[in-house]
Amino acid sequence: MKVLLPIHQAAGAERALVGGKTLALARLGAAGFQIPQALCVTTEAYRRFVESGGLRGAIARELGRKRFEDMRWEEIWDAALRIRTLFDRTAWPVDLDAALREGIRSAFGDRPVAVRSSAPGEDGVKASFAGLHESFLNVLGPAAVLDHVRLVFASLWSDRALLYRKELGLTPAESEMAVLVQEMVPAERSGVVFGESPSDPAQAVVESVWGLNEGLVDGTVEPDRWILLRGTGSVVSHHAPVREKRVIPGPAGTVLSNLPPDLSGRPPISDDEVCAVFRLALEAEAFFGSPQDVEWCFGKGLLHVLQSRPVTARSTPDGSDNRSWYLSLKRSFANLKTLRARVEGELLPAMGREAEALVSIDLPALDDGKLEEEIRRREAAVRKWEGIYKNEFIPLAHGVRLFGQFYNDKIAPEDPFEFTRLLSGTGMLSLERNALLNDLAQRLGADPLLAERVGRDGRGDAEFESRVGRLFRDYGDFFGSAGSEAGRRGVLSLLLEMSRRPPGAPGGSAGDGAALRDRFLSRFDGEARTFAEELLSLARDCYRLRDDDNIVLGRLQVALARAVEEKGRRGSGRGGEGAGPTGRAVPIEMLNDPSSPPGGGVPPIMESASFLQKDRQLVGHPAGPGFAQGPARVVRKSADLFEMRTGEILVCDAVDPNMTFAIPLAGAVVERRGGMLIHGAIIAREYGIPCVTGIPDAVHRIRTGDMLSVDGYLGIVTRQESNRRAASFR
Amino acid sequence: MEDAPALERIVRELLASQRLAVLSTETGGAPYSNLIAFAAAPDLKTLVFTTSRPTRKFSNLCGNARVSLLVDNRSNREEDFAEAAAATILGTAREATGEEGEASLALFLEKHPYLSSFARSPECAVFRVEVEAYYVVSRFQSVSELHVRR
Repeated sequence: MKVLLPIHQAAGAERALVGGKTLALARLGAAGFQIPQALCVTTEAYRRFVESGGLRGAIARELGRKRFEDMRWEEIWDAALRIRTLFDRTAWPVDLDAALREGIRSAFGDRPVAVRSSAPGEDGVKASFAGLHESFLNVLGPAAVLDHVRLVFASLWSDRALLYRKELGLTPAESEMAVLVQEMVPAERSGVVFGESPSDPAQAVVESVWGLNEGLVDGTVEPDRWILLRGTGSVVSHHAPVREKRVIPGPAGTVLSNLPPDLSGRPPISDDEVCAVFRLALEAEAFFGSPQDVEWCFGKGLLHVLQSRPVTARSTPDGSDNRSWYLSLKRSFANLKTLRARVEGELLPAMGREAEALVSIDLPALDDGKLEEEIRRREAAVRKWEGIYKNEFIPLAHGVRLFGQFYNDKIAPEDPFEFTRLLSGTGMLSLERNALLNDLAQRLGADPLLAERVGRDGRGDAEFESRVGRLFRDYGDFFGSAGSEAGRRGVLSLLLEMSRRPPGAPGGSAGDGAALRDRFLSRFDGEARTFAEELLSLARDCYRLRDDDNIVLGRLQVALARAVEEKGRRGSGRGGEGAGPTGRAVPIEMLNDPSSPPGGGVPPIMESASFLQKDRQLVGHPAGPGFAQGPARVVRKSADLFEMRTGEILVCDAVDPNMTFAIPLAGAVVERRGGMLIHGAIIAREYGIPCVTGIPDAVHRIRTGDMLSVDGYLGIVTRQESNRRAASFR
Repeated sequence: MEDAPALERIVRELLASQRLAVLSTETGGAPYSNLIAFAAAPDLKTLVFTTSRPTRKFSNLCGNARVSLLVDNRSNREEDFAEAAAATILGTAREATGEEGEASLALFLEKHPYLSSFARSPECAVFRVEVEAYYVVSRFQSVSELHVRR
């Protein structure tokens, strides 16, 4: 079977060999439509590539770590990144490389091409989910084309595609990808046309932008939009945006540039051209027998078809389908820069001020009516910020992802998460707090008399007390019931425990970030270097802001909890109703993990009458490298943390910002919530502590005192029998 | 992560779908493994297999009744690493005779009718393994134990 097929030979090919996009274009080309010259890298090439590299098994293993339905969106993203890195690091088999290189060279020479996905399975999807797979524009030369073909192959397993794996029928053993290598049309004007509007079957929609289509498709450039009547072709309405930008070919790839003033004043296409584009859609519809969604451009005076596919209903998720929200988290660089400015400059300070204002209120001084009012006010504030958190803070995580993918494309590191080492040392709030704790612990460690006094009386000397006072003033909210005497005792016992750590214990922010950063930036010159620096700076800010927003939101949540507690205290004092009207648990889990069921309900672990189950080896995701053994400390609430002893394995459902102060004591961190970029994993890596995330039902399957081995390289937690350490030949 | 009922289902399917198991016995501190045909009782607490008396395994079992068996559904493809399941079985074996021997043989032949002449030959012994635990491995490295309640 052929690995490369010119498009004029593909009209009669099997869809399974060339994919939907190639087949549709080939058939249009054969019927006389204007299409760019193109070659199809067939699924046979994909098959030979993955089989020579042993990738089918690797993909299956990556996706089979746990039940797919147990995987959170972030874990799916992590898995997709690992798979992408595998493709990136797998060399082409020598004969395949030679055949493709020669074919591409003779067809295009060094002329620029577009490298587009052409998946056989895509057409099985009933609804349209744009951008499941990747396409790259303006790729120059056979070597670069082959690199990008590999990335398009990998995008068969992109996070977006994996979300829709059921609809796409994705299976590692059988799914394959073809790639369309298409000569770039030097397009001055581009767009899409829906022969039938997805929202009104009587209408058609034409959209157009200056420059390349990429800006329209990924949402960075707002198009002119015409609504037409399908029956007559007459224009019903024309929406003209503020035209500022266009996407044009750069030295390699594309760049977003300012639109010259003489172009911004008029639509990219004339009224006649709107009609021509609409006619093109009707002709394609007549040819295929169903309304078409056509991507087109004007280049060298001709109207070209770039791709054509049936119009499908836009996905209309029901309430339980979060997938379109996940897809919306993918943001462009420009969009993320705006978001960063807004979060850092406005939202985070505003949330901080609101938390400050709530904390400054003297709750015991309020009468019952006023307290009730205060609770409602705090509930409203928390609700409001939870919404902002979901819509504005969580998408910042994509800044980190965007950088990660860029870094991996450039460096192809063995560890797909090496890029996170360039992100640390940004002065996160939680690390500042931990540094204060560390200072106090060191003081106790250096002064045994003081430590003894603190242990005995719960009070130190004046200086020590003043520093503890400052810790509580600035960060008191973190320690759960820190306002109370019990909370204070808890923190002091934790400090004493920390003071007994041997010197050289993890101090945070260590690492080789600077060297990696220099190596990364040294790969770029000129404008490309500026871009790389900006992207790194964006990622570092996003990384820090994602931590800080959790911390500040935590303050608001604690403020609400305090008011509810106060009401509970009064109620129980009078033998009244108890926990207050709302009894609202602080929904940190819900916040950080919108996909988890409300109330954080964990289905009970089922038992069997015939067998007693003991979990021996639990598989999650490697989120912080390293190996540690020790007894488990299962933490369900903040107060459990005060029991932590040095070297214990912190096991929890989801590390929230109020808990991370105990991480420096832990031998390792294990959590149910999965992902590389979640709070607990970030802090564990900052301290160089092994971390495994995504262990299903971790707090239910592991008990405090169980002897655990935590392998942070492979993402495996092993329960040792009868509290023995793992056997060792070393 | 599977619960006990789901693990029990995995074990049941494995034992039903697989004709052969690897049996490990021991003599003089040296482990010894070979393939055997087996059948499982419906409650999964007992396994049955047959062996001729002059074999090494028979001799080993006379000296040490402790056994380990391995049953898996691998297909010798890359995907096995993600998709195959295996159960390591720990237990104690003893020869079944008389009525119990007949019942055990019937259970065995229900699954392996084509082994009838072998299993019924005079020098062939029927063994019952009393299972203590199944160690179930799935998804490459996920391991849970099922200990038989008696």
